[in-house]
Amino acid sequence: MSNGFWSMGGYAGYVWPCFLFACVVLAWNLWAARRYHAAARMRAARALLMAAGDAS
Amino acid sequence: MWTWFYKLASPPYVYGAAAALAPWFLGLAAITISYGLVAGLAFAPPDYQQGDAFRIIYVHAPSAWMSLFAYTSMAVAGAIALIWRIKMGHAVAAASAPIGASFTVLALFTGSLWGRPMWGTYWAWDPRLTSELILLFLYVGVMSLRSAFEDPARGDRAAALLAIVGLVNVPIIHYSVLWWNSLHQGATVAKLGKPSMPGSMLWPLLSMLLGFMLFYGAVLCMRLQGEVLNRERQAKWVREAIKS
Repeated sequence: MSNGFWSMGGYAGYVWPCFLFACVVLAWNLWAARRYHAAARMRAARALLMAAGDAS
Repeated sequence: MWTWFYKLASPPYVYGAAAALAPWFLGLAAITISYGLVAGLAFAPPDYQQGDAFRIIYVHAPSAWMSLFAYTSMAVAGAIALIWRIKMGHAVAAASAPIGASFTVLALFTGSLWGRPMWGTYWAWDPRLTSELILLFLYVGVMSLRSAFEDPARGDRAAALLAIVGLVNVPIIHYSVLWWNSLHQGATVAKLGKPSMPGSMLWPLLSMLLGFMLFYGAVLCMRLQGEVLNRERQAKWVREAIKS
């Protein structure tokens, strides 16, 4: 890549942080959604185990 | 004709549909965002006035659009839940809120960094910027209100009402650049049939917008699965869903 691409015509200090932060926001959304789903699965599994324990 | 609508009231159907759709949305989002990034950063020509700083538009405009889209989705889902008493509407609204809030933060951050070289300031109490900031407060308010009640059903109803009332801010944000004197530039793409960008700049932007929408769909589906499980954890079908 040429130097001109990275320097963004002198606006590199504004352009690249925007794209970097966009990557962070997208990555956070994926991570948080997966974590939320996994935690819900665990809570549901625990509730089922407790229900099975109460029934026996 | 309305069968599909009633199916959306069924938690196992919603859970299954969300699980099936999420990977498709994510894969298509990866393709469209990749094209938009490469074409927008490397191949689109610099703007004749803003130079390469204009490339911020490729993350700023899609995130700003998505902040409005996610809010509207949240309010419509809340209204459906209140009117037809479809509990899954509250689940969709709850899943949509944090995603929309994160897009709003991204829009404000990128707008601020764009504003510094163009307007000479990171922030101005401009109608567009201020109404977008109010949108962030609305998201935070809706999320806080939902978790403020001991009874989750009351929290859902209160959050849905606030989301519906806050919907008035969406057209204010959109038309603020027309209604008031604003530092913010006017519509670029929304002028149907006559966008003020050439194709080499416009196609990457449309691709990024589509990519962000697909990404929102993917993350919404993933969060929705969690929401459904949290709300239905005592139901019999959950046992099968967890085993799979």
